[in-house]
Amino acid sequence: MADPIHQFEITKIATLGHIGGHEIAFTNSALYMAITVVGIWALLVGGSASRALVPGRMQSIAEMSYEFVANTIQSTAGKEGMKFFPLVFTLFMFILVANIIGLIPYTFTVTSHIIITAALALLVFLTVIVYGFYKNGLGFFRLFVPSGIPIYILPLIVFIEVLSFLSRPISHSVRLFANMLAGHITLKVFASFITLLGGLGIFGIFGATLPLILVVALTALELLVAFLQAYVFAILTCIYLNDAIHPGH
Amino acid sequence: MAGDTREESGNGGRSAEEAALSARLQRLGERLNEKRPAQDVKTGSRSRSDPSALARGFRLSTELVAGVLVGAFIGWALDRWLGISPWGMIVFLLLGFAAGVVNVIRAAGLSSRPGTER
Repeated sequence: MADPIHQFEITKIATLGHIGGHEIAFTNSALYMAITVVGIWALLVGGSASRALVPGRMQSIAEMSYEFVANTIQSTAGKEGMKFFPLVFTLFMFILVANIIGLIPYTFTVTSHIIITAALALLVFLTVIVYGFYKNGLGFFRLFVPSGIPIYILPLIVFIEVLSFLSRPISHSVRLFANMLAGHITLKVFASFITLLGGLGIFGIFGATLPLILVVALTALELLVAFLQAYVFAILTCIYLNDAIHPGH
Repeated sequence: MAGDTREESGNGGRSAEEAALSARLQRLGERLNEKRPAQDVKTGSRSRSDPSALARGFRLSTELVAGVLVGAFIGWALDRWLGISPWGMIVFLLLGFAAGVVNVIRAAGLSSRPGTER
């Protein structure tokens, strides 16, 4: 049976140099991140090259992704949230394209490593803190003090609110990482059942059609999950940014 | 005999109390129903924005686990730093669990932030 974890292994492609005795390597993960960025660049530049009044295929995709993210931001964070459009659009496109590239066989899924998703979630978390204090000053602490709470349970509520705030980057990053990891392992395990059963002779070949059907269905599900997780990451980013823009609400 | 009458009077008192309680519950239910329609619209729109039940389940479970993990980590760090083991862990694990439950309730769209008009 094929090792289902092998696909997540990080291998070194080239060494870029040393910083403080630590090797800085160009890995397969970095390669696929570069491919993702180039893919997004090609999509957007190619899509906006013709600037036709009646959009072609590429231009349609580019316009749809712009409008989708813009609508998401405006419905969750309001007009003021559009200041953060570049951040949210970058996160959404990066995760979406990385997830979809990872679905192609023999490729590496960038978002299946928690260090990547944690870095993205921490970026959002720190943006919320920095912008919240910049915009509201100490009024940002109103986020932790809900109005209309009796004074004798207020300290407890404040502690719970602070812990709830601190848990955001964890749930934000683990959700994306766990979905991609679990999905790819499931695909690999069911795919290896096909070859295992197929080696058992004539009955095995009939038996192998069952996992084959499952793998086809799972691939469709993974395509949905790839899109959905990018969307969930973007919409949660908007909800968290909304807290930084209006903390008292 | 005396015991019986006392018991009876006790029963009578209790049933009066129960009647008052059920009346209060009914009033509370009516008041909640008055406020509910506005909230239903909100939860409806929230559940439409999460199209897949699997993603929704994943989201809720990670919210709970994240709260507990953060509480446990803060408790552990305080114990090490201040040497008050095991009190930091006990207190912050419980607070973290509460925060996790708050996260889940908010993520499920059952309650918005307290004090919001949205």
